[in-house]
Amino acid sequence: MVNVLIDNKQIKALKGTTILEAARNNGIHIPTLCYLKDVNDIGACRVCLVEIKGKERLITACNNVVEEGMEVYTNSPKVRRARMTNVRLILSQHDCNCPTCVRSGNCSLQKLANDLGIIRVPYEKKLFHSRWTKNFPLLRNYEKCIKCMRCIQVCDKVQGMHIWDLANTGSRTTVDVSGNRLLEESDCALCGQCITHCPVGALRERDDTPKVFRALADPETITVVQIAPSIRAAWGEPFGVSREFASVKRLVSAMRKMGFDYIFDTNFSADLTIMEEGSEFLERLKHKEEHTFPMFTSCCPGWVRFLKSQYPDMVSQLSTAKSPQQMFGAVTKSYYAELLGVDPSKIFCVSVMPCLAKKHECALPNMNDAGAGPDVDIVLTTREVDRMIRAEHIDVPGLEEEEFDTPLGVGTGAAVIFGATGGVMEAALRSAYYLVTGENPQPDAFKEVRGLDGWKEATFDLAGTPLRVAVASGLGNTRRLIEALRRKEVSYDFVEIMTCPGGCVGGGGQPIHDGEELAGERGEVLYGLDEVNELRFSHENPSVLKCYEDFFGNPLSHKSHELLHTDHEAWEMPEVHKER
Amino acid sequence: MSRLSIVTRNKAQTTVEELYKDLERRIVASPPGLCPVDLAVSFLKVCHAQSCGKCVPCRIGLGQLQSLLENVLDGKADLETIDLIEETAEDISLSADCAIGYEAAEMVLKGVRGFRDDYVEHVQKGRCISSLSQPVPCVALCPANVDIPGYIALIAEERYDDAVRLIRKDNPLVTACALICEHPCEARCRRNMMDNAVNIRGLKRYAADHAGDVPVPAPAPSTGKKVAVIGGGPGGISAAYYLSLMGHKVTIFEQRKHLGGMLRYGIPNYRLPKDVLDREIRTLLSNGVEVKTEVSVGENLTVEDLKKEYDAVYIAIGAHTDKKIGIEGEEAEGVVSAVEMLRSIGDGEKLDYSGEDVIVVGGGNVAMDVARSAIRLGAAKVRIIYRRRISDMTALPEEVEGAVAEGCQIMELAAPVRIEHDENNRANALWVQPQIIGAVKRGRPAPREAQEEMLRLACDRIIVAIGQGIETKPFEESGIPVKRGVIDALNWSGLADIPGVFAGGDCVTGPATVIRAIAAGKVAAANIDEYLGFHHLIEAEVEIPKIRLHDRVPCGRVNLKERNATERKEDFELIECGMSHEEACQEASRCLRCDHFGFGSFKGGRIERW
Repeated sequence: MVNVLIDNKQIKALKGTTILEAARNNGIHIPTLCYLKDVNDIGACRVCLVEIKGKERLITACNNVVEEGMEVYTNSPKVRRARMTNVRLILSQHDCNCPTCVRSGNCSLQKLANDLGIIRVPYEKKLFHSRWTKNFPLLRNYEKCIKCMRCIQVCDKVQGMHIWDLANTGSRTTVDVSGNRLLEESDCALCGQCITHCPVGALRERDDTPKVFRALADPETITVVQIAPSIRAAWGEPFGVSREFASVKRLVSAMRKMGFDYIFDTNFSADLTIMEEGSEFLERLKHKEEHTFPMFTSCCPGWVRFLKSQYPDMVSQLSTAKSPQQMFGAVTKSYYAELLGVDPSKIFCVSVMPCLAKKHECALPNMNDAGAGPDVDIVLTTREVDRMIRAEHIDVPGLEEEEFDTPLGVGTGAAVIFGATGGVMEAALRSAYYLVTGENPQPDAFKEVRGLDGWKEATFDLAGTPLRVAVASGLGNTRRLIEALRRKEVSYDFVEIMTCPGGCVGGGGQPIHDGEELAGERGEVLYGLDEVNELRFSHENPSVLKCYEDFFGNPLSHKSHELLHTDHEAWEMPEVHKER
Repeated sequence: MSRLSIVTRNKAQTTVEELYKDLERRIVASPPGLCPVDLAVSFLKVCHAQSCGKCVPCRIGLGQLQSLLENVLDGKADLETIDLIEETAEDISLSADCAIGYEAAEMVLKGVRGFRDDYVEHVQKGRCISSLSQPVPCVALCPANVDIPGYIALIAEERYDDAVRLIRKDNPLVTACALICEHPCEARCRRNMMDNAVNIRGLKRYAADHAGDVPVPAPAPSTGKKVAVIGGGPGGISAAYYLSLMGHKVTIFEQRKHLGGMLRYGIPNYRLPKDVLDREIRTLLSNGVEVKTEVSVGENLTVEDLKKEYDAVYIAIGAHTDKKIGIEGEEAEGVVSAVEMLRSIGDGEKLDYSGEDVIVVGGGNVAMDVARSAIRLGAAKVRIIYRRRISDMTALPEEVEGAVAEGCQIMELAAPVRIEHDENNRANALWVQPQIIGAVKRGRPAPREAQEEMLRLACDRIIVAIGQGIETKPFEESGIPVKRGVIDALNWSGLADIPGVFAGGDCVTGPATVIRAIAAGKVAAANIDEYLGFHHLIEAEVEIPKIRLHDRVPCGRVNLKERNATERKEDFELIECGMSHEEACQEASRCLRCDHFGFGSFKGGRIERW
């Protein structure tokens, strides 16, 4: 322990604590901007400056530690002026068209400038212009970027993809795609973690809401929407309502007010995925010699992009099962169109996803198996749907709960946990156990794979056969796992990967809360929903069973293969970043 | 009214003079990897400010060039803009009245031709090709990427043994380098911006002198793999050290009687004492490295033999053959090469030059070494003959000064023409042609024959120190690729199409520095380990002290003192004196910790393991 005096308050802090943390732990708030705990403590913005008694120059609180006897002043006249100057300098190079910014009201720079009482910037406005493609799912606005470097750091340290880097030097230094590449030509997995960690509006998803509004306005178009499991844990966050209140049933209600014709649950196709992927896995186990193990889950398109670009020789280990989103699209434009008795090309299939990679996935050239254009027409992120709710002036606190439509609105507890790391594995094991033994396991028999650890492993007994499984989330952890597999330090039968830390609940399309990691809290919501669901097993989903009975026959049937499975080799990913 | 007045400088002028000095030091400390176009336009701005404003090309042209360059940087230019820049600069260069104008234009021209691809990248992609890769200047410029701020911080905490451990992670030859490294790390030290570079080598010496015996870490469990290292110089020893730490069984094959390579056979005792070197080598090889001396690969056994018996082979034979001047009489007795002379001394032969009149030909560090050794061997007179000027010598200025202080004379601008010998074929004079320094060729002023008579320099002995070559023949015969007199290895030390055989150091680069050979040995060790199917990591397990938050105020650099010239020239003992404790503490506190402040806090700059 060291004794320090911060703003005349005597404080004891653990040796090695930063001045920032020591102050915060004692109720003294030092403002920050570029700082992101454990990821970005580089003192770039020079906002968290403090004065140390006896030292001429100011230092940053985020990356300097307390010393015995130190006297710190966090808001002395010298500090206040320098801090204000630095924020004004940042503002002089920031496109401050706040009314037209997606982050208005949720912008760390806006809040900081307001807090500091800045109502005037005495410097000339100098914005950095550069070109960016308009149609890729991830958009960057150079004029809003404040060079906090968080996107670079998240991509380097958490995801290990090194997509972002500094470009140019001196006054023209900016952030851009590394190695002088274009993003669409890079191996970016489209996880969107750079967006959720951007303090301002420099990074965002492509806005697809206008297309959805157009479809809703067209009386000829049948709009069908699916809602991914993880959305129900997060969509209400920007509206100031509790997680309990912001149930998926209230989201259904909101979407009905928007005018969607049919509102369904991706949980339905998550259960379908388990039937197909689980059967495929057991099939591979039966013919062990014909396959390389482990088999990898294929629900996460960011992960598929990662594997295709980083380890193309392992793509055959991916399950051929489509992701729940794409299964849903294919079912909607085939089976469901038949049920409705409509021409599937009249259906406009929208999905609400926590994800940017899904925007890319639905546009893949081979995701049109139902034969009526893309199986999924448009993917909206949670944030886009929240923006639509605002645009529709829907009174969220006043919403009542409404049920999903049937039959594609029925899902089990096994499906809802797809949104959290380990959930797909757990759901698959519940059904695999049933398929092998003919009886249900305890629903929570496989809960060892839950939790926020980046790389979990477990061995389960599957009717006498030990089954070695692993679960990873976050691409940095994923790379470690894959490298260990390749060096033969570990071996597994089945591996679940999710690109975003904590799984889809921590997805790059989810609502943004600067400095907070909410995957754990949101994941709890999903596990709570699983626990209270009367159906805990995918193979007991009545709608799924009916769908097989009336349409697909059996899992892995010819028709299933046509509509529910895919060839991951049918499209190209750009080459790996060579300089790694 | 006075007819003349004495010019005094006013405050503004004095301040500007100071700013010029600040700028000079700042340019010295430029980090590598800056955008060249951005720098070009900044330089141009300085040049333009120097214009008196009389002439059109300079007054207006330099400004227009700036705008064009700015347009390139701002993405407002097309490829034709680059041509316009080139033409305009050419015309300014042709038509400006004085050097302020035409030299400024020449700088732009040099750039637009020298890094045109960067101009094109800016125009086409709005980006720069360059980027700052290693944020800490000293670490970036050390070929072995030694964690310099880390060990200086350890020295400040008086943790000298930890400092040695940390250095050894990247450079095992701590003591040798503490004494003789050319310290490229100091060249762009950010401290230059304030006062002067930190004396990094001096601090390393302090750590090495005060660490006591620092045992090497325990090796990884034995892998059962065997590696042969050909050549026991700094590169071979470094590779052997790291490979043995990784658990491989290493055998060094050394042609000479003792290990050390150029450290022993090229560097005189007074710069690197042999007992100090031997002690360091013994420690480094104490993890069971086997040494076979007086084995010459090519004569006693071949690379093929080694390939059969070992899982991997590292060729680190250095550059030990001497180059000839190629003049008449060079075969006479009494003409020796620097390599031969230093080799004899290295093997402990007692040479005696008592009373002799010695001439040394050459202007590099080796020439200074042999000249100063000749003095110590009793020579009555030592003259160093060099065809260019003293300021053109490749030897470090302090080496030249040291030689002069010890009594060597330097005859600059004298080109050897022939060697005269007596009836016993013993050299007795060197004929030289006086030179005049002339036009700059390839960035360096070239000498040409002066309109003066040849001179006869009577002497007893001539030592030729004009460079070394590589004995590639036996390796070429074994199928090792050789290109332009050096082994053609790839940047990861492997040889194309010959798996399992690696090469590095002087025999690949041509004669270079010790630290580059060490760096090559480190690279080879990592890649041999991978080749053998392993991924051992080398780390120091030393915790770097926390940052001290003191204000950094300008403070002079502590330079190392030397023993008095009249005293030191009588013996071969170490001439350089280490820092005092007081000096080391002050010098260590001068380090600006670029690993923590500035770009280092972002891009790290610390590679904890490799």
